[in-house]
Amino acid sequence: MTASIIKLDTTAEDHHIARMAAVALGLTVLENAIPSPLPGVKPGLANIITLIVLARFGWRAAVWVSLLRVVAGSLLFGNFLAPGFFLSLSGAVCSLAVLALSMHLPRRWFGAVTHSILAAFAHIAGQMAVIYLWLIPHSGIAYLIPIFATAALVFGTVNGLVAAQFMDNAEGEPPSNNKRT
Amino acid sequence: MPTIRHIKPGDYLTLLAGVLFTVWISLIAWSGGAADTALIRSGGKVFREVPLSRDQQIEVPGPLGTSIITIEKGKARISSDPSPRQYCVRQGWLQQAGEISVCLPNQVSVELTGGQKKYDSLNY
Repeated sequence: MTASIIKLDTTAEDHHIARMAAVALGLTVLENAIPSPLPGVKPGLANIITLIVLARFGWRAAVWVSLLRVVAGSLLFGNFLAPGFFLSLSGAVCSLAVLALSMHLPRRWFGAVTHSILAAFAHIAGQMAVIYLWLIPHSGIAYLIPIFATAALVFGTVNGLVAAQFMDNAEGEPPSNNKRT
Repeated sequence: MPTIRHIKPGDYLTLLAGVLFTVWISLIAWSGGAADTALIRSGGKVFREVPLSRDQQIEVPGPLGTSIITIEKGKARISSDPSPRQYCVRQGWLQQAGEISVCLPNQVSVELTGGQKKYDSLNY
């Protein structure tokens, strides 16, 4: 028997993505420990990571981090391919789609808070679509939209502020414009 | 408070838009339909259909006795009922289309209709 070693060539970007996804995963676990007043209303702390990755490494990396977090998180909590997983996935996909558009807004005028709020609304829109089309095909769920919209607004804003503050801290005093570190 | 450089002027605009959007969608989702008619059933059959515009009291006979339905200022309620647990009386005023109050023991129900129904059905 010869021991074979499979070596994957990984780039520095892969390492960044893996590290960021791990942090996002940690935040997901942390967040699950927080009791939620209503099922489905969650702060979405992991999206802070997505926002930072988006600003620093671009949209492609953000997609990787976000989807890795969704899949790995579902494996961790044992709901892979369960309804909860598809809700997370649809929310993440819609958020990423909106981020793909909103990142082209002029950077001088729109920052992480804008991205966060728009992504949060896209997130609940995606989730409500899956809920309505698949899980509860009843117009009664429209009654819950204001609650989810308010949660999206509040948590979207808070997450955006955290991401903005974090990026300030990480950059230090001189405003640098490095796209890739 | 230290200023955060990564908060851009447009972010306040987005926040404002988000607030307006939330208020707007709340108004749409929660306004329901305004009710204009009360549909009173007894023993599964429609007993009477009365407009909410006129204040009145209606006595509805059932197997246990008489239920009294009060209509006032566009609202309706079952004000008196011989049922033992008084669920329908305690439910209070009905205001929006689709709301319903049911006295099962006396087989009397009041349902508000008009506008769009908020619920197709309700199960307890």
